[in-house]
Amino acid sequence: MSVESMTLVKAINSGLRRAMEGDDHVLVMGEDVGKLGGVFRVTDGLQKDFGDARVIDTPLAESGIIGTAVGLALRGYRPVCEIQFDGFVFPGYDQIVSQVAKMHFRSGGRLRLPIVIRIPYGGSIGAVEHHSESPEAYFAHTPGLKVVTCSNPADAYWMIQQAVTADDPVVFFEPKRRYYEKGDVDLDSADSVPPLESARVAAPGTDVTVAAYGPMVKTCLEAAAAAADEGRSLEVVDLRSLSPLDLTPVVESVRRTGRLVVVHEAQRTLGIGAEVAARVTEECFYSLEAPVQRVTGYDTPYPSARVEEEYLPDLDRVLDAVDRTFAF
Amino acid sequence: MTVETAAGPAGSAPPEPELVQLLTPEGQRVPHDRYDALIADVGPHDIREMYRDLVLARRIDSEAVALQRQGELGLWPSLLGQEAAQVGSARALRAHDHVFPTYREHGVALCRGVDPLRLLALFRGVDQGTWDTVGSRFHLYTIVIGAQTLHATGYAMGVQRDGAIGTGDPDRDTAVVAYFGDGATSQGDVNEAFIWASVTNAPVVFFCQNNQWAISEPLERQTRVPLYKRAGGFGFPGVRVDGNDVLACLAVSREALQRARDGEGPTLVEAFTYRMGAHTTSDDPTRYRLDAELEHWKLKDPIERVKAYMVRNDIADQAFFDDLTAQADELAERLRTQCRELPDPEPTSIFDHVYVEPTTQLVAQRDEMARYLDSFADQEVAR
Repeated sequence: MSVESMTLVKAINSGLRRAMEGDDHVLVMGEDVGKLGGVFRVTDGLQKDFGDARVIDTPLAESGIIGTAVGLALRGYRPVCEIQFDGFVFPGYDQIVSQVAKMHFRSGGRLRLPIVIRIPYGGSIGAVEHHSESPEAYFAHTPGLKVVTCSNPADAYWMIQQAVTADDPVVFFEPKRRYYEKGDVDLDSADSVPPLESARVAAPGTDVTVAAYGPMVKTCLEAAAAAADEGRSLEVVDLRSLSPLDLTPVVESVRRTGRLVVVHEAQRTLGIGAEVAARVTEECFYSLEAPVQRVTGYDTPYPSARVEEEYLPDLDRVLDAVDRTFAF
Repeated sequence: MTVETAAGPAGSAPPEPELVQLLTPEGQRVPHDRYDALIADVGPHDIREMYRDLVLARRIDSEAVALQRQGELGLWPSLLGQEAAQVGSARALRAHDHVFPTYREHGVALCRGVDPLRLLALFRGVDQGTWDTVGSRFHLYTIVIGAQTLHATGYAMGVQRDGAIGTGDPDRDTAVVAYFGDGATSQGDVNEAFIWASVTNAPVVFFCQNNQWAISEPLERQTRVPLYKRAGGFGFPGVRVDGNDVLACLAVSREALQRARDGEGPTLVEAFTYRMGAHTTSDDPTRYRLDAELEHWKLKDPIERVKAYMVRNDIADQAFFDDLTAQADELAERLRTQCRELPDPEPTSIFDHVYVEPTTQLVAQRDEMARYLDSFADQEVAR
């Protein structure tokens, strides 16, 4: 068994490398992904090893990146597009929503677009505007796209490979505040890796279910540890896939705990939390002891860096919501 | 005060640039130093075949307009007046070249062997484009203006990576054509496609049918320079061709396509033409343009000039024209009949191809829809 400790950046880099080794038609394309290796170094060294025909430094235009990826995919390639930051995806939004998401559907299943769109997302990095946003709900609201997000290096390593081999387009959100945090990655565990579209229990518990994804999973695991000190047992579910949304472990958990807190950085209204709350209410109405609580960013534009920690959910806000579920 | 919005004070507009023309509106073949050689092989048979395409394209179009008026189609974007631009460019294609159309390229579709019934099906609302894009190399219609120019460019980048340009092997070297209109040149996607194609030297031909109108907006709302001149700023050649001259469109397209196949990069072709009909069957052009303009362009009809040329040069006899009329009638009749017979899709089929593998969620929604629809079955029997 080959287990390596690596950062999340390195895990995606290694996963991409393995995907490129496995299939000559896998391309990496985006702004600064070649020589520089990406502004976060996620694609570091790939152009050196796979050449500039497969690792393409594109002109600086997101619609162009996605639109040309559509053409490449129609020609039989598997492009992995990097959007440099969350807030810069919107010039490419039309191509993603109107073209990428619909091609398989509108062609009656004849045409597939196996495109991966990687987007570093989320805040708490002290950045200027447009560099800390969480736009996942826009994409999860779009039929035809798969939307996934990893929370740790092991998932990052496997999920990026699964995304590349998927025949549907996948929007792959990467929690940039966790980019340089390390974790163990079992490089030989291919056979035991869960499906891309599956949620998993990140920490078992008995009193309250906490559902989170991406950067907030670690926050919730820390909240679970803190709650344990106070004698409360939180079960943390890492949703991993936001579309399709796999709520099987959440529903199973809530039937035991009767309480659910959903946590995400993105603004609250019509966010993933709203969908989770609605569906859990449909599925677990008679098990719920309290209304589903949401711990999220507020319904404001992403604020200035000096106030972002008050905007973002943290351990204390999660625990505060846990307390609220016991107030009914 | 008034705001000066035209290219300059009244009367100072520069003269219209020359356009490549090989066949005058009167059907006179005029020599051209550069382009004669490109159609030297075009003989009487080829002229007759192109004429056939022009006539059939127009007939498909008029039939579709009629079907829309009869309530059989939801909408139809007419190609009336643009037949030569489409047939000329499409006849310049080789079998393995690829086409990325807008939603008005019915003449190109015809030349690529796509059954016009498939186009009618789309506008009837039966499907969203189910012709064989792989076999015909005619990709799906794109309705979002200009989006397909990026798809074409990306496809051409794939052709490059496959080593399918510049080999000198006519059965291997491949060009890609993006069709779009004058309105589309204002879109970011089109400008991004120009940039991508330029810096990657992609084997793509940008074929712009400048039909003078983007719904109600005239060309001067989109540009202050002749469109073909835009290419210069992006670093590749641009050429303006008489879009109502099928021979000139054939010649100019052949040259541009061969440049692409030879690995010499993109070309912008501006086919200067005119949208004789409405933007679509939902449009009313009398609200924004003058009859006089239409009358002016009627004199430049793309089909009449070929007929005049054929008659003058004994390229076709009356029997040919009679046969063609019969063939067009037959096609129209088939389309009329088959269009009306196109079955509506099963409601639950909407769930079939959202993803390659259906998700649990969609399977549940499909069952929900089926149950709901089934719940009416008893009532219908009772009634």
